[in-house]
Amino acid sequence: MAEQNSPLGGFRFPEGPVTIAEIPFLTQINIRKEPDSSLPLSAGTSSRSGDVDILWLGPDEWLAVGPPGGFTEHHWEGSVVDVSAQRTTISLRGPHVRDLLALGCATDLHPGVFGVGACVQTTLAHAPVIILRRESEFWVLVRASFATHLAGWLVDASREFAVEALP
Amino acid sequence: MMLIPCPWCGRRDESEFHYGGQAGVAYPSDPSTLSDEQWAKYLFFRDNPKGAFRERWCHTAGCRRWFNLVRDTVTNEIHA
Amino acid sequence: MRAGHGGLVDRDRPLRFLFDGVEYQGFQGDTLASALLASGVRQVATSIRLGRPRGIFAAGVEEPNALVQIEEPFPEPMLPATTIELYDGLVARGLRGRGRLADRPDPARYDATHAHCDVLVIGAGPAGLAAASVAAASGARTIVVDDQPRLGGSLLGTGEQLDWVERVTAGLRAAPEVRVLTRTTAFGYYDDNHVIAVERRTGHLGAQAPAHLSRERIWRIRAGQVVLATGAHERSLAFSGNDLPGVMLAGAARTYLRRYGVRPGNRAVVLTGNDSAYAAARDLHAAGVEVAAIADLRPGGSAGWAELGIETLPGWAVAGVSGDDHVTGVTLRGPDGTERHVDADLLLVSGGWNPVGALYSQAGGRLVYDDALAAFRPDGHCRQALHVAGSASGAYQLGLCLSEGAAAGRSATRAAGFEPVEPAIPKIKEREVTPGLAVWMLDGDESTQFVDLQRDVTVADIARATGTGMRSVEHVKRYTTAGTAHDQGKTSGTLASGVVAELLGVDVGELGTTTFRPPYVPVSFAALAGRDRGMRFDPVRVTALHQWHEANGALFENVGQWKRPWYYPRDGEDMLTAVLRECRTAREDVAMMDASTLGKIDVQGADAGEFLDRLYTNMISTLKPGAIRYGVMCRPDGMVLDDGTVIRLTGTRFLVTTTTGNAAAILDWMEEWLQTEWPELRVRCTSVTEQWATVALVGPRSREVLAGIAPGLDVSKDGFPFMTWRDATVAGLDARVCRISFSGELAYEINVSWWDALTLWETLAALGITPYGTETMHVLRAEKGYPIIGQDTDGTVTPHDLGLGWAVSKKKADFLGKRSFSRAENSRADRKQLVGLLSDDGTLLTEGAALVVDRTSLGHVTSSYHSAALGRTFALGLVRGGRDLVGQTIWATLGDEPTPVTITGSVLYDPEGARRDG
Ligand SMILES: [Zn+2]
Repeated sequence: MAEQNSPLGGFRFPEGPVTIAEIPFLTQINIRKEPDSSLPLSAGTSSRSGDVDILWLGPDEWLAVGPPGGFTEHHWEGSVVDVSAQRTTISLRGPHVRDLLALGCATDLHPGVFGVGACVQTTLAHAPVIILRRESEFWVLVRASFATHLAGWLVDASREFAVEALP
Repeated sequence: MMLIPCPWCGRRDESEFHYGGQAGVAYPSDPSTLSDEQWAKYLFFRDNPKGAFRERWCHTAGCRRWFNLVRDTVTNEIHA
Repeated sequence: MRAGHGGLVDRDRPLRFLFDGVEYQGFQGDTLASALLASGVRQVATSIRLGRPRGIFAAGVEEPNALVQIEEPFPEPMLPATTIELYDGLVARGLRGRGRLADRPDPARYDATHAHCDVLVIGAGPAGLAAASVAAASGARTIVVDDQPRLGGSLLGTGEQLDWVERVTAGLRAAPEVRVLTRTTAFGYYDDNHVIAVERRTGHLGAQAPAHLSRERIWRIRAGQVVLATGAHERSLAFSGNDLPGVMLAGAARTYLRRYGVRPGNRAVVLTGNDSAYAAARDLHAAGVEVAAIADLRPGGSAGWAELGIETLPGWAVAGVSGDDHVTGVTLRGPDGTERHVDADLLLVSGGWNPVGALYSQAGGRLVYDDALAAFRPDGHCRQALHVAGSASGAYQLGLCLSEGAAAGRSATRAAGFEPVEPAIPKIKEREVTPGLAVWMLDGDESTQFVDLQRDVTVADIARATGTGMRSVEHVKRYTTAGTAHDQGKTSGTLASGVVAELLGVDVGELGTTTFRPPYVPVSFAALAGRDRGMRFDPVRVTALHQWHEANGALFENVGQWKRPWYYPRDGEDMLTAVLRECRTAREDVAMMDASTLGKIDVQGADAGEFLDRLYTNMISTLKPGAIRYGVMCRPDGMVLDDGTVIRLTGTRFLVTTTTGNAAAILDWMEEWLQTEWPELRVRCTSVTEQWATVALVGPRSREVLAGIAPGLDVSKDGFPFMTWRDATVAGLDARVCRISFSGELAYEINVSWWDALTLWETLAALGITPYGTETMHVLRAEKGYPIIGQDTDGTVTPHDLGLGWAVSKKKADFLGKRSFSRAENSRADRKQLVGLLSDDGTLLTEGAALVVDRTSLGHVTSSYHSAALGRTFALGLVRGGRDLVGQTIWATLGDEPTPVTITGSVLYDPEGARRDG
């Protein structure tokens, strides 16, 4: 099997106050069906089962995200589409992540309203994204064609946090 | 920038939405039975009130659901 | 002159600066204005229209006079000296009205951010601080915005309650859910409590500003509740000579003394119509400024300030001001007409106070005239969730400001869903207040009675406007330009209304005030643009092969947000040579193109066939799994919306392609019809545009090449017919191969995962396959008469106009657009139709050029290229009744000279379609 290339495989994330990294090749399955209790039913929430996150995208739409090669379309019922390569995942860690995201995202990500497991489809740096809050990091799922734009934007924006205080 | 109440996602920035014009203009059940004038009315004629206006929006950058609301075209206040 | 002590400046930190070429010294905490006053500089600027000397008039953002240009560290035009925090190395000069933009790019960063809060407090004076302390103590997410470097607002200028200010500031800064934004001006108030502010982050550091921080930042704040505590601006009076340097608002003089430790003059006269100037007179007097007299326009003077020890002259006015470039004396006139000359270098004026209602007005609120205040104030009935407090609402006494602020904080906090906590508010012993007088203009020479200092508008100018019959303050404003300058009439707006009313003999309240619009203060375009400039102005979308394209010398074309390879010039090739080579290779040999940008939508469900039948003009449901059909979509009005191919994957699953720019719009279109009109259809649509990368392999040798890299695939003409698809292993990768052609040549589109695209492409490149770009693609398709939706069409073109009538079903009962095809308008013989165009002398026509016969425009050129296959130029165009004009000559405009052009059929190359199967 030839080597695969993720959208940000060639992108160098510099070290900085916000740790930015691509999590490539996650399995992502788009599921559209009538809601049932196996799925998160509230807008903007996700559920976790083992190493698979299921994200609410709409009243009849979910996104199952799991490890590379973790499952296929056949694991799911409904109108099911493999979209693993449609989006890549960017992980953001560090104390300034919310401030960094706020520079390009109008959605309120305050921990009081956007706790662990919360997810939202919105725009970040004018690109459509899904943001998922995990225990110790934020995931930003971005369309592959926008990934380089967004990665460059994030790195540029994070320069802001290089020094703590003004002279 | 207005906050538009998506029935699913709650109030979100207007820029996440796509405007869909006047609500309640149904696609005719059998267009072939309509006169040219009736068909043109469906295609081209819409209300343009000063005040309350029932209109369609789609939460395109979010859940992609279409919904209706009533907006005051003078004040941008949204009712229902 | 600097007073010996006092003020909030840091006298241990001297700062050197240059103004109009002269070096001066100020202190940390000064503004340029206070440092200039401390240095004895009286004239700062020159007025724009009349060239009169102008000094420092106010102490804050409302300053109309003291406009300066910053030269170093980086040129900035037209800033009020009162808003520039002094820093070491500042170089500035006074302006005559207009500044100068930098002639070099600004190296500073600018950015924007978003913030959300339960309570936003705008203005951190006594009312704002009281409100913020309630909101903060109650646990509400609170943002406090203030334009000064430290909190306190008017208290910084009066020196009152500074301990309390310090305590509250410390408390706010320590509270976890509170954000304090100093040096930040809220300048726009939009729907649903969306408040836009600009934060000046590093400008005050001069050359020491760190490069990694944005110099200015736009805050987009979404607030549950807003407390408007924007204070009030003192206004002047219209009297002769009221523009001379040395004439200063009384409150501003007090601020210079209390906050900056500066005596703005040595001997002062005070002219007032209200009590507030007495406090200024008292403080200045105590600090060693000799206050010669207080001329109080009120016949009874002030009851609360009897014990002042300064001569007060009830009922007296100013008759004139003497001095050439600054005040040297003031002529006072008594109620009986007696005149008295007083030597003075400072004339302090208070014509009253105007609540700052700009944001309230922007929020949709109305400002009403209040007789008791002699000013316009918020009417208290704004549709937005806001609470006005303090002098912004017309409460001018400190105790009232504090209690109103606390009350506004309570109601905002409660409305935001929190139980308000009441922190300690200072108790104030108020002095008895004598009501102020609504007075606008004094007797004198109207041509030197300035109303708008920045625009040089006098009472005489306004009298000319009302004399011509103008009755609306909006008209007078536009005619005289009063209120339209850089300062937006902060000190002059109400005065202008008052003067107009007095000249017309009407009530000020009846006349009203002008409308306030954003921005409240000037905001630089650099700040508004932020980081959304250059390559980040709009997101750039790229395919999986973008880096390869770049590394291999492709030039790029923007298609929507996508960067697509345009052509790949080899050494020494110009565009024409490269494109002709790419075209020849595709027609005669084999070539490849990155077609990944095509929109791709997975459509599945039991009713998917029926759904697509309704959307497309042609029949889709009869398509067999394994087969492909070209389809056209129209809007209900019958005009072409998009085109592409439809692949039937299984009985209930299709893959639809859209044009590059339309992918999102078509998915929205599908959802719109499914959700709003056809909810009964069991269909779901999912975008897979980036799931798949697509490589078009084109040319007579494409079959041979594909066979080589897909050994398991039967590529024979009969085994893999035109308009079918196969799953196959290609270059060792899972692939879906479609036999479709957008060039007329034998061609395949190979779809693989985005992750595998580079492997496939490099495999083909290693075989020596020539890559081609969008320009060649356009030439090849145009030679075949294939239209590009959006280039050869606009919103007025039907499938029939394009010669695609064959793709319009006659069997289906209905589909989007069908009814419109039988409208009379759509059956006219003279509709514009797509035709081929050959210029008689081989000139390359200009896309967009008009096509004319007998001075009548019949249409325009939509596509125009050089063709390798035809050995000449050719074009496509939309021409009225064009298909009936084939063979005839029409004229294309090109520069000044029309060029004769012969109309042909739209298919210029291989009209028999012989090349499709190789
Ligand atoms: Zn929604």
